[in-house]
Amino acid sequence: MTAAVDPYDGPIVLADDPSLGPEVQVDYPGYRSTRWRAPKDPLVTLPEELHRLDGPVFGESAIEPSDSDLTRQHDGEPLGERILVHGRVLDESGRPLRGALVEVWQANAAGRYRHAVDSHPAPLDPNFSGAGRVLSDDDGRYSFTTIKPGAYPWRNHPNAWRPAHIHFSLFGRSFEQRLVTQMYFPGDPLFAYDPIFNSVRDPRSRELLVARLDLERTEPEWALAFEWDIVLRATPFEP
Amino acid sequence: MSRTPSQTVGPYYALGLCRREDNVLDPDGIELVGTLLDGRGEPVGDGVVEVWDAAGRRWGRSGTSPDGGFAFRVPRDCEVLEAHVFARGLLRHQRTRIYLSEIEDDVAAGLSPEQRATLQAVPIDAGLRWDIRIQGQRQTVFFAH
Repeated sequence: MTAAVDPYDGPIVLADDPSLGPEVQVDYPGYRSTRWRAPKDPLVTLPEELHRLDGPVFGESAIEPSDSDLTRQHDGEPLGERILVHGRVLDESGRPLRGALVEVWQANAAGRYRHAVDSHPAPLDPNFSGAGRVLSDDDGRYSFTTIKPGAYPWRNHPNAWRPAHIHFSLFGRSFEQRLVTQMYFPGDPLFAYDPIFNSVRDPRSRELLVARLDLERTEPEWALAFEWDIVLRATPFEP
Repeated sequence: MSRTPSQTVGPYYALGLCRREDNVLDPDGIELVGTLLDGRGEPVGDGVVEVWDAAGRRWGRSGTSPDGGFAFRVPRDCEVLEAHVFARGLLRHQRTRIYLSEIEDDVAAGLSPEQRATLQAVPIDAGLRWDIRIQGQRQTVFFAH
């Protein structure tokens, strides 16, 4: 008999596995917190009609005017690289989803979140809260202005650093279109070392988490632009 | 088109997701409280629970407190809530259901009594209690989605 090998003693990043497609590997040993938090029981199948439920709809009342510009939520301007982030919310058939609530949150330019739990000794920025929300328009488009977040250490393993990212939460039209994910920036040298990014083991799907530098939408002498489309599950009814 | 993959909500979600009180589905409703627990039975103090009363079209969200606690005020006439669970350490959200009354339906009929029990809210003095165990013995039933 051979002793069972604890996968949590293994590598931080596992080899690619294109067969997983867009599915994230929920039990990913390199991401230590999955050890006691990844469910282990097999998922139970629901009757078909419960896959077709519509979900909550959020209107303009969910949005404040300052919610789409994270650089104008305080008296002064936040420090950092000013950027425009924009894209479309689509479903798997390429149909734009209008009225999708997009909520974002992020670290400041120094890699610090305005959150009591964040103990990284980098400065808070009094002019940056790091949260916003927008609704997609009739063409599924969303956009917001912010500053580029910094990378930060996170103690998952020795010398662990998260690549710069913006957290995204999305509500489409159907309950099953709910998605929480993270947007990354192109060419980040920390990608190869990050177990959260690599928990998507299919390299092509992983690329879908990375925004594209959009020189055309860049505002000269003002802000770089990044484009990131978000594709939710198929819409099970006419949206 | 290929779907955008999921990533964890992380420990700082409250910045973006808990900026307003979203946990009251019905101000005249009944209190639903619970604790989010990990595979060792430890409280998960950085999770989010969202509930959706599909029939009544009422939605709510509660972040968990350091003791893993979450709370909603839910309609008295509601029998079942659809739910999503998010947490740091959970790379993809999980889908589950909360039975507020002891009804039988197509979903419950397909579960063992032990599985069904994980979805049942139980009466307490203050209202109803429903705990979530994301891993381990008596793990809450999660559905494919």
